[in-house]
Amino acid sequence: MTSTTRLDPLIEYLLRFGDTALVLGQQLGAWTGHAPILEEDLALTNVALDLVGEARAWLSHAGEREGLERDEDALAFSRGDREFHNVLLVERPNGNFADTLGRQFLFDAWHVLALEQLSASSDGRIAALARKVRKEAAYHARRSADWVVRLGDGTETSKARMQAALAALWPYVGELFEGDDVDAEMVARGIGFDPAALREPWSRGVGAVLAEATLVQPSEGWMQRGGKRGLHSEHLGYLLAEMQSVRRSVPGDLW
Amino acid sequence: MYTQMVDVEAAGAASDEQRRFDEKLDRGVTIEPKDWMPEAYRKTLVRQISQHAHSEIVGMLPEGNWITRAPSLERKLILLAKVQDEAGHGLYLYSAAETLGVARDELTEALLSGRAKYSSIFNYPTLTWADVGAIGWLVDGAAIINQIPLTRCSYGPYARAMTRICKEESFHQRQGFDVMVKLCAGTAPQKAMAQDALDRWWWPAVMMFGPPDSASPNSEQSMHWKIKLFSNDELRQRFIDQTAPQADALGLVIPDCELRWNEARGHYDFGAVDWDEFYRVVRGDGPCNRDRLRARVDAWEEGAWVREAALAHAEKRTRRA
Repeated sequence: MTSTTRLDPLIEYLLRFGDTALVLGQQLGAWTGHAPILEEDLALTNVALDLVGEARAWLSHAGEREGLERDEDALAFSRGDREFHNVLLVERPNGNFADTLGRQFLFDAWHVLALEQLSASSDGRIAALARKVRKEAAYHARRSADWVVRLGDGTETSKARMQAALAALWPYVGELFEGDDVDAEMVARGIGFDPAALREPWSRGVGAVLAEATLVQPSEGWMQRGGKRGLHSEHLGYLLAEMQSVRRSVPGDLW
Repeated sequence: MYTQMVDVEAAGAASDEQRRFDEKLDRGVTIEPKDWMPEAYRKTLVRQISQHAHSEIVGMLPEGNWITRAPSLERKLILLAKVQDEAGHGLYLYSAAETLGVARDELTEALLSGRAKYSSIFNYPTLTWADVGAIGWLVDGAAIINQIPLTRCSYGPYARAMTRICKEESFHQRQGFDVMVKLCAGTAPQKAMAQDALDRWWWPAVMMFGPPDSASPNSEQSMHWKIKLFSNDELRQRFIDQTAPQADALGLVIPDCELRWNEARGHYDFGAVDWDEFYRVVRGDGPCNRDRLRARVDAWEEGAWVREAALAHAEKRTRRA
């Protein structure tokens, strides 16, 4: 399937959530064994486990609904980057610990709100999945907010790094709240939600944490977009090349 | 994972405390942190437990190397969970060592400065996905054989940590074997990958039990103290006896032309171990010693500002409260 072939809106919608969780889980997995302290090796790996687990559920559901015999692994390992539908925010590189936790914080605050909305989906399986994952996401959000506060209100160095991380990540938050025709159709069918509706509660929550962290919210500027539609940054190609390399060497369910 | 080459200091002169200690050992009563213990026993335990903890921490690196490339989402989850378990084992073991009056940071410093040892098996590279299978099957298999006796060792906190660790290690071993089963049932290149991994990991795994009994002069004291219950050679034989039929079942060939069942002994005979290689890797000249240590030093040094920030923030909170 090429990027010019439009998917069924429901499938694309499910892939957006699945790919977003997968790409972020993949990035966190790279920290395992290299974290600043042993407890963080455990914690970052835990979040990676949750996100990859969540990705499996979305991708399996997408594959079943699509009916083309693509299971979670076919979807994860056999698509190119133009067929991935994750938001751009999660493909920002790991960078340092502030970059990783800043990315996690901005994402988690959105993730919790998105899952709350999906918990009321008219699609029973989506609703059940969202309700299950919501508990994990709420824990992730508390943890990443704690780190933003610690780093922001820690030392001069940590504050500068966290502030720089936020500045670098900020152009990628706009996409979280931008709806398109797929979102509109999901809203019309009672399956999904209007992303714009999350903007206000997200800003309130994020603003409160940044204030506690004595950090300044970056000023609004141009927001990058495209990930949901399969138009990514250069980073995703490398991430997928690495992730898919072994499986693509002998395609199929032989691993 | 496991420890090797434990040195022992001479035991002190007998005193009432010493007699009570010996009596507990004889009766199989565990020694607990607040109990009197000979200084040499304490030091030996600190060295053994911390080497074991360091092995878990460094052991995260060779397998962690494949997390981002695991060939299915389920395999990725299993590998993430496994490497996370190793971090957890490191934590229990550092905690067990702390009951003997050393701080985790001191032990970490000893590792990073190169003074403390860790299991040499982790100084070999993981070159293909099959290495993840081979490590689970062989390295965790050997670790279990080494560690199960330690669940009955004389020092209570260590014995209890080992009970929990062994349960998790046996999962890892089965998961590793499952990777090998799948590869051996796969395409010709996959099976060749599995054989290549066995070829490279077999002898280092056999060496994990430490030098032969004839060259392990300190083992006797550790056996008296019940922090070692079987000799290196006994455990090595047990590993080979257990693993040889598993290799047959996989259709793989163990790279030892002298390996054969000896009916009279009731054990497998096996060829000579290259102890020069073993000592070379222990002394720092394995293929990955420098890279492994570098990765740990980098993680620690690059994380210093994060740990400092967490402390500074905690102090600010305390002041405000």
